[in-house]
Amino acid sequence: MSASLGAADATMVELRQNFFGIWAAIKRNPSATAGIAVLLAWGIVAILAPVVAPYDPTAIDFLAAADPMPSSSHWLGTDSTGRDILSRIIWGARTTYTVVPLSVFAAFIVGIALGMPAGYFGGWIDTLVSRASDIMLSFPALILYIILITSFGPSLCNIVIAVTLAYAPGVSRLARAITLSLREQDYVAAAQVRGETSLYIMAVEILPNARGPLTVDLCLRAGYTVILTGTLGFLGLGLPPPTADWGGMVVENGHLLSIYWHMTVFPCLAISSVVISCNLVADSLRGGRTR
Amino acid sequence: MNDTSLLTVEKLEISYRKDGLLLPVVKDFSLRLAPSETYGLVGESGCGKSTVAYALLGYLSEHGVITDGSITLNGTDVRKLDHAGLRKLRGGDVAMVYQEPVSALNPVLTIGRQLREARLAKRDCSKADANDASISMLKAVQLPDPAAMFDRYPHELSGGQAQRVVIAMALLAEPKLLVLDEPTTGLDATVEAEVVELIANLGRKLGTAILYISHNLTLVGRICERVGVMYSGRIVEEAPTRQLFQQPRHPYTAGLLGCRPYSAAAGKNRRLATIPGNVPLPGQEPAGCSFGPRCQYFEPGRCDQLPGPILEAVAGPTRVRCVRRDEIVPQTLVPVSVAHRPKSGSSVIEVEALVKSYAPRHALRFGGKSPGPEARNANDKISLSVKGGEILSIVGESGSGKSTLAKIAIGLEEATSGRMITFGQDVAQVRARRRPLHLLHKIQMIFQNPDSTLNPAHTIGAIIGRAVRCVNGKQSAADIKRHVDSLLAAVALPPEFRHKYPHELSGGQRQRVGIARAFAGHPEVIIADEPVSALDVSIQAAIVNLLLDMQAHAGTTFLFISHDVALVRHLSDRVAVLYGGQLMEMGTVDEVFSPPFHPYTARLISAASGRAASGGPKSEGKVGQHASCRFFEQCHVRIDGLCDRETPPRREGSESHSVTCHHELSELAMQPILVSETM
Repeated sequence: MSASLGAADATMVELRQNFFGIWAAIKRNPSATAGIAVLLAWGIVAILAPVVAPYDPTAIDFLAAADPMPSSSHWLGTDSTGRDILSRIIWGARTTYTVVPLSVFAAFIVGIALGMPAGYFGGWIDTLVSRASDIMLSFPALILYIILITSFGPSLCNIVIAVTLAYAPGVSRLARAITLSLREQDYVAAAQVRGETSLYIMAVEILPNARGPLTVDLCLRAGYTVILTGTLGFLGLGLPPPTADWGGMVVENGHLLSIYWHMTVFPCLAISSVVISCNLVADSLRGGRTR
Repeated sequence: MNDTSLLTVEKLEISYRKDGLLLPVVKDFSLRLAPSETYGLVGESGCGKSTVAYALLGYLSEHGVITDGSITLNGTDVRKLDHAGLRKLRGGDVAMVYQEPVSALNPVLTIGRQLREARLAKRDCSKADANDASISMLKAVQLPDPAAMFDRYPHELSGGQAQRVVIAMALLAEPKLLVLDEPTTGLDATVEAEVVELIANLGRKLGTAILYISHNLTLVGRICERVGVMYSGRIVEEAPTRQLFQQPRHPYTAGLLGCRPYSAAAGKNRRLATIPGNVPLPGQEPAGCSFGPRCQYFEPGRCDQLPGPILEAVAGPTRVRCVRRDEIVPQTLVPVSVAHRPKSGSSVIEVEALVKSYAPRHALRFGGKSPGPEARNANDKISLSVKGGEILSIVGESGSGKSTLAKIAIGLEEATSGRMITFGQDVAQVRARRRPLHLLHKIQMIFQNPDSTLNPAHTIGAIIGRAVRCVNGKQSAADIKRHVDSLLAAVALPPEFRHKYPHELSGGQRQRVGIARAFAGHPEVIIADEPVSALDVSIQAAIVNLLLDMQAHAGTTFLFISHDVALVRHLSDRVAVLYGGQLMEMGTVDEVFSPPFHPYTARLISAASGRAASGGPKSEGKVGQHASCRFFEQCHVRIDGLCDRETPPRREGSESHSVTCHHELSELAMQPILVSETM
């Protein structure tokens, strides 16, 4: 069965598998396909924001503010200062697609860089990393953000730092747990007895086998981060106004919810669509990955 | 139809759903079992024998479907039973014992409670009666102190004890048929022999019919009156046990019998007989006889024609599924003898008084007594030497410290005290990370578990290539590729395997890759930790032959770690017997095994032939902590007051032979022979 496998087939097999089996898992699952489609659509919107947005998202128009309800000129209506909701949501996608990937990747790099050595070496490194993450996790995240951002001011960089600090301990715990079980595998022992460095063993022997649970966690945390940045915006700790930011839009207009529902509901729907899509993708990866 | 039969299975076909298709995994399976008959079902993994067992109890997983045939148990058609009917059947007329005894017991309930419920669920009786029945059943399965056992929790039992409890639980409902699915796999050899003997006796005593499923022909031969050999979902031969062993009629049966290492064959010819190839996967069976491609009697035009052969009677009760059943008398393949191995004679590893002790764990205990904190020695003052070019086997059961010794040698563990000198350097307390590279590359290891020996994230080519690069330093990509190809060729794998991932390989193939990786840097010493124990019988033989070939070719020193006495006898030059971390006996194969001197060696040999040792208490003792002979609790010739107080002396039988025992060698030679030598 195998001997007949030509070189071309073999390369194909390799190529397919280098996709980490993610594509195969997603293809089998229609809800995951929907999730990916929504995420991709928002990505395209974010990239093309200057082209597709009908108005300047920060342009104040008191004439429009007189009648903010959705109309033919403003499809989703305007806010209390007459800024076009649709344009602000489109530009807000840019904000989301900048803040979320940056902060999630930062959290994962820091978390893995701390958690893997903790799990692999054990001993004092483990104690140090584990206790540090315990302390971080025992601290209410919201208070952490408030302290951080009120003292350093709201900016993209500070939001990324805040999210990294909040999520890295969780990621490091996961990375540590996976490493703990994988380091007992015989192939790790084989690498040790042929004299590989610890860095090589962690990066090449262990990390590729940890990617399954880590990818699932990444998708879930991406979803949470959308909510989190929304919350930060809601608390006034998001990007400074007048930047278009989904969470910020909710807070700016929240007090008018009973009269002008559209100002709040549409940004909320945008947030939900991204969060749900992330969860759908995470679910399919969890179900699809067998190893 | 025979009215007296307890179980009748007619032309059973079971399929598994896969990707919307139905793949038949059991085909044309017919079986008739008389009351109180013992029947053995033998086959390698993937032959469908467990599937049959599950079907008998209506226990198939959601993917399994019975597509044809009938199962009649005690007059009831099992296929027609509804949920309630099946519940009544299981644990009523038929009970099952699984492979993992510990997971079959509920960890939060006492043994007694679980046994009582098993009784109450099926019999209308009072609690007190159920308790009495449970205790007498515990007695029947030969557990020491049944009344005390009654109040224990599952985690307080050893594996062998837990399996006895599970058997007792199954028998409490007084089933007419007891199905045992590999009940002793995972137990130590001596415990296995005891459990097997227990099952054989219980069957006889209680009149319960037994269906015993196993991959181990020797064990089945000990218990069963009749044996059915399964291959690729079909019974290929069915015969009374004696006839099957004396004259197998199907080439596959003959092959299976030939794969077993024969202790008598030890000597010049160390290779084992093999069956080439692998069991075909469901849906990939060849046309005609599914054993055809692996059969030495294969005749094109007859064996590969549809429909395949049917199970037909030859010579009395024997039935064979073979087109050429009347023409051939299958013989096992004669193995090719191995070339002379060079021996340097000087020692490459010298172990002196090596001790590895694990600090006791300070577990939280909720009240009650806690045993004094005492370190447990996994290796207790072991001294031995490994000579260049030889095959030294280390034999012992789990907990004997044989793997710990290997791990210290390779640098995955460090010793507590003592010395281990390899190539002139003491490495007892040096981990692999701190060892010089040239020393590391001289000793390599072959691992036990084919599932974890290769990194699933990398291709075979990358795995072997990395090992090559690591050992030989900078090389061009073409050089590495050439080297990888030659290594693959040496382990009889095609070069295309470079592009495959481990999960695309069978267990035997993965083990071959592991061997190729170990040999990448021409090491001088190879440590093989149970390299074949996770493989099927027919694959085992091929891997052992491969190891012997590579060893002979490269003149590598071999440290072979195993619990399989027959195999060790077959391939080693010298043997070290470990028990509870102590070296019990050491010498050449003949000096150690024929005849055995140390009482523990004698017990190992008797267990290897499937017999429980007579004499000595039938329990697994705890490894002693204080100065004593570790084996004294189980020893049938122990001297109370001496063996449990003092560490036994090491007695030299000859230059190469030593025994650690309080008895004189001359006394040990006179010890009652526990077993006959025949298998």
